[in-house]
Amino acid sequence: MDRFVFLTLDGLSRGAVYAAFALALVLIWRAARIVNFAQGAMAVATAYFAYSVAAATGSYWLGFLAALVAGLLLGAVVDLAVMRFVDHSSPLNPVIVALGLVLLIQAVLGMVYGNEFLPAEAPLSRAALTVGGLAVLSPYDLFAFAAVGVVVVALAWTFTRTPVGLRMRAAAFAPEVSRLLGVNVSGMLTLGWALASGVGALAGMLVIPTELGLHPHAMDLVFVAAFTGAVVGGLDSPPGAVVGGLLVGLLLSYVSGYAGSDLTALAVLLLLLAVLLVRPAGLFAPAVARRV
Amino acid sequence: MSATRAATPPTTRASHAGSRPWQGRRGSTLLRHLAVALAAALLLVALSYGLEPFRNFQLATVAAYLCATAGLTVLTGLNGQLSLGHGALMATGAYTVALCQNAFADRGVTGGWTLPVSLSAAVLTTIGVGAVVGVAAARLRGPYLAGVTLAVAVVVPALAVTFDDVFNGEQGLSVPVEPPPAALGPYFPYERWQLWVTGSATLLALLLLGNLVRSRFGRTFRAVRDDEVAARLAGIHVARTQVLAFVVSAATAGLGGALLAVLAQSVSPGAFSLTLSLFLLMAVVIGGLGSLAGAAWGAVLLVALPDLTHTLTDLLTLSPAVAQRMEGNLPLAIFGSTLVVVMIAAPGGVQGLLSRLGRALLARSPARRS
Repeated sequence: MDRFVFLTLDGLSRGAVYAAFALALVLIWRAARIVNFAQGAMAVATAYFAYSVAAATGSYWLGFLAALVAGLLLGAVVDLAVMRFVDHSSPLNPVIVALGLVLLIQAVLGMVYGNEFLPAEAPLSRAALTVGGLAVLSPYDLFAFAAVGVVVVALAWTFTRTPVGLRMRAAAFAPEVSRLLGVNVSGMLTLGWALASGVGALAGMLVIPTELGLHPHAMDLVFVAAFTGAVVGGLDSPPGAVVGGLLVGLLLSYVSGYAGSDLTALAVLLLLLAVLLVRPAGLFAPAVARRV
Repeated sequence: MSATRAATPPTTRASHAGSRPWQGRRGSTLLRHLAVALAAALLLVALSYGLEPFRNFQLATVAAYLCATAGLTVLTGLNGQLSLGHGALMATGAYTVALCQNAFADRGVTGGWTLPVSLSAAVLTTIGVGAVVGVAAARLRGPYLAGVTLAVAVVVPALAVTFDDVFNGEQGLSVPVEPPPAALGPYFPYERWQLWVTGSATLLALLLLGNLVRSRFGRTFRAVRDDEVAARLAGIHVARTQVLAFVVSAATAGLGGALLAVLAQSVSPGAFSLTLSLFLLMAVVIGGLGSLAGAAWGAVLLVALPDLTHTLTDLLTLSPAVAQRMEGNLPLAIFGSTLVVVMIAAPGGVQGLLSRLGRALLARSPARRS
């Protein structure tokens, strides 16, 4: 029972990060109908930037802040410099371009920093606190929960309660009508990319210290897990992405705790296949016919 | 099919026959492809004597990659299904050939027939895996399909570590391959033999693929890619066509992986990472999606570009540490940026540019005469 509680809490803290990353994917999907396959590589790039800033200034928190700002800028740059020019007539094209970006970003990181694992230290202790004899969360897990929670609430508030959020939703929902009503549609698209990439950078900063360390490929498996989370929730639904990310985190925690950590990757693949074959629109979507 | 053909007015049929040469020359397709394959085989044999051993080995590697890229271009370019998992399918073929060759070697079975048997086993196994993935893929579209195949590409190499009693973990397996037959003489270079083996297997695969894409099946592939509803109304079973395309593509990818394993005489999960899958996709996109000639351009690029960047880093005098970083990553950076630029600026790829150039020249020459 103790082990089950521990694995559940551990899974939830892992899932919080996946939820943030899945949220980033959903934000871009809603805004531009693109699944950003370069999200993982972009997040790793911002984490490397944070590493450099932290090494230069000696402060982890300055590096953390730098990663978030770099994430926002990188998202805007990717949209303005690359994605804007892609022909969207076939859904394959943006995917292929995003994969080209993955190769490019990983190669540049490898050239600048080398292809070895760099140590990524957590700013807070990762030793679990004990409450009443039960090993529960570590201070770092609590920090991750809080950071993801703040971002989720802030995004929800922005999208539902502010004029900018309303404009962003309108631009994604009916671009032509919004343009006639004076909404800067392409600006809203760039803002969406920037926000999503910023959230992705946050997730990267939170997850990398819990894994092997900084590496150009550090987010490959995280991306697959987060994509699974986003698909579980239905790619169109931000609350679904959060719930889906948490579910994937729980599943991975149970699988690695009870069956062995080697099997987590296989478990993600099987979950993704099962969800897509049984409920392709996600667990929370109403049944609709495919548009043709 | 026959009903739609009968319903087409005769005038459009005539104009179609004019614009699409293969419809006008029905019946000669197989002979034409056989002649091209024969010419290519003769050229390969001539090259194998003219080139030094290392170039022979590189050409053999191009042939192995060409198997995989040709299959991928049929799937993505002609059938519209994006697969990021072809590296994993290549790994399936490579590990099968390694297990078969090891089984033969352990039992002391020798002979020229063992390698073809192992290669066939690799193709059959990959067909099985491809059928499973293909059935799932036929129900998925666009980014969902890309996501699933991406997961396959990330997960399958990890399986080699999970089941390390069979696949020997990160170290991988060695692939015992027999020397060239004694009839070729004692001094026959091993690299030339490798080129002959991979070249003939690849030519056979390309001949079959070339006929397939010009056949009724190839036309149904394209019909499904362009408009699923219209294809269904024309009596095409969409899901079955998609699974068939995936299986064909998987079979060639498995053969390509098996040939790579035979060339390297070893397999390890590191050789079949996600990067390999992205490389294959890059190769077919830059070569020109949907054309077998484009797949050949892409396969040449996969082997030539790392070689070129290697020469380049040798020319620039760099410190050893920097040179080492550059060597692995510079080709990746060039591949990635080329992929982005080609997708935005020249979606037809190299082959598209070449055929546009050829058409422009053809159009200009009569204009000059008049």
